[in-house]
Amino acid sequence: MNYRWNWSILLQEPYWEWLWSGVQWTLAISLVSWVLALTIGLGVGIARSLPARGARLVAGIYIDVFRNIPPLVQLFLWFFVLPEIVPESIGLWLKRDLPYPEFVTAVVAIGLFAGSRVAEQVRAGIEAVGNPLLPAALATGLHPVQAFRLVVLPLGLRAIVGPLTSEFLITIKLSSLSLTIGVLELTAQSRHVENYTFQGLEAFTFATVGYLVIGLCVTGLMRFIDDRIGGSALRKAAT
Amino acid sequence: MIAVEDVHKSYGKLQILRGCSATVRQGEVVVICGPSGSGKSTLIKCVNGLVPFERGTITVNGVSVSDPKTDLPALRSRIGMVFQSFELYPHMTALENVSLAQIHVLKRSRAEADERSEKILMRVGLGSKMTSRPSQLSGGQQQRVGIARALAMDPAAMLFDEPTSALDPEMINEVLEVMQELALEGMTMMVVTHEMGFAQRVADRVLFMDGGEILEDTPKAQFFTAPATERAKQFLTKVLTH
Amino acid sequence: MNDFDWGVIARSWSFLAEGMALSALLVLVATVGGLVLGFGLALMRLSTHRFIAAPAAAYVTVMRSLPLVLVLFWFYFLIPLAIGRPIGSLMSALIAFVMFEAAFYCEIIRAGIANVRKGQAEAGLATGLRRGQVMRHIVMPQALRAMMPLVLNQIVIVFQDTSLVYVVALHDFLTTASIVASRDGRPTEMYTLVAVVYLIICLSATKAVEFYRKGRTT
Repeated sequence: MNYRWNWSILLQEPYWEWLWSGVQWTLAISLVSWVLALTIGLGVGIARSLPARGARLVAGIYIDVFRNIPPLVQLFLWFFVLPEIVPESIGLWLKRDLPYPEFVTAVVAIGLFAGSRVAEQVRAGIEAVGNPLLPAALATGLHPVQAFRLVVLPLGLRAIVGPLTSEFLITIKLSSLSLTIGVLELTAQSRHVENYTFQGLEAFTFATVGYLVIGLCVTGLMRFIDDRIGGSALRKAAT
Repeated sequence: MIAVEDVHKSYGKLQILRGCSATVRQGEVVVICGPSGSGKSTLIKCVNGLVPFERGTITVNGVSVSDPKTDLPALRSRIGMVFQSFELYPHMTALENVSLAQIHVLKRSRAEADERSEKILMRVGLGSKMTSRPSQLSGGQQQRVGIARALAMDPAAMLFDEPTSALDPEMINEVLEVMQELALEGMTMMVVTHEMGFAQRVADRVLFMDGGEILEDTPKAQFFTAPATERAKQFLTKVLTH
Repeated sequence: MNDFDWGVIARSWSFLAEGMALSALLVLVATVGGLVLGFGLALMRLSTHRFIAAPAAAYVTVMRSLPLVLVLFWFYFLIPLAIGRPIGSLMSALIAFVMFEAAFYCEIIRAGIANVRKGQAEAGLATGLRRGQVMRHIVMPQALRAMMPLVLNQIVIVFQDTSLVYVVALHDFLTTASIVASRDGRPTEMYTLVAVVYLIICLSATKAVEFYRKGRTT
């Protein structure tokens, strides 16, 4: 293997700037998609655990559809297909006037997919940790709605912070898909540097370390929250 | 035949055994009792090398358990063990449970092993349950399969680790009866148990353990009438009053 | 809806079928290779020797933190460099998939083995069985039954993952469809088809696994 190492390439202009902006895009897409995923996951997950059959059915269909189409295909649907099938004026707006169209599309696609995964966790948390306490809550005279709101839901949600860590990490990894529609995030920029300089080992190492560091931060943050709210004790008690 | 000498065992900083010594002679039945956490189970698991220990020696028929040159599997095949939570293999029938080690350790043919297993299962009163899986058996039946599994190896001694602790009260006797029969036939046995009635009927000697030490090693008559230590007295009043 | 021309699907059918065949090949190789390598990694991780367990743990952690796209780029770049000649994007993608999925299969297998109660192995050892025999006759059969649904779910995920070879221009199902989409100017029809086909295959597999799992626990 003959390869000329040149780590200084990472610090040279414009490569450093490329890579650093890649990190920023990756963070931006990951964080915004994650907020979207949490919102959707919470709503759909709660709907999935309600006694109302209609709500359960709709939420179930959402989860089934979004979990069973590859996220990359979903991204293409939003990016290439949506503008074609909506009324023409909206389609034109999507194509011409939407600010940062690639970024927004990537966030929507990743957020909706990750949301279906979060929803499953929310449902599982409510089922495993919250529901077993329902009889006790009802026995104290709480109205079913109160029991759900005051006991079942808060405990169910506390229990899932741990399991949600891996969903957050998956969302970060998914942000790399946005390179297929032209967002120059971390993976794309490392490839970009490789194409220009042929110093692939350095460029890809940078990206690898970048993802590892981001992942470690997320894991640490989630563990901190989980410890603060006593999530692992709740999960243990449920098994 | 079993000689335990000055055995120490700790998990990290937690000392479980602090210098235990005892001997069990051929044909003897020794009951080990004591409060939970006193190290009884650990001690009995040291005897067949399931739990490694730091200091001291244990020999079975003159063979050292902790010597790295000892063929532990061969040694274990001569010592039967019965577990608190049965530990039957859930993916096998009762018969297969009893035959497995005969086939793979004693190298008996499947037919030979099954024939032997059938005989032993009949002996413990499970002739009609040979093809049942553990999940289809009651706790008492499962534990009798557990005993049969150990007996099928024609062991020279048997170790029992709280064999009735996980059982519903009405099933305890069917297991104790099988054990009592074994004792009467002259089997060498070490039994960790809280069943003081069994100890009174069957044991030759009683070891009382507390805090990782063997505090008493006395003939049973003496243990139940005149225990030497205060802690044994307290223990006896607690277990005998209800 | 008159603007849509669903005939484009019929006209490109054989090309799409070739794409699906490549997707299937990727799933097959990634699963078989991933399971074999993953089993080895799992055994390493369960070892009591630090020098054996730690490298496997590090490998799994790193692989699981990286996007598959980056891993595909890595191998696409690394392998020719390492062996001194180009091997084509199919080979490098196959290797990348095996190496990547092995990390996930490793965790499934490791959890399956670790969840078999310790007493089961003790019971086997106490009758004189050797460690290998205990593993083969007592631990593995139970672990396999427990991990089966997770392995099947992972295969569905691998199938979805194969769509990512788009980034190294391999002609899998999605990529062939996207080629037709831009050649004939029919993105709506083609991407809808891709979504529906994936949905049908993955959903039926997921439901089958769920059904199998429920049937076993009750």
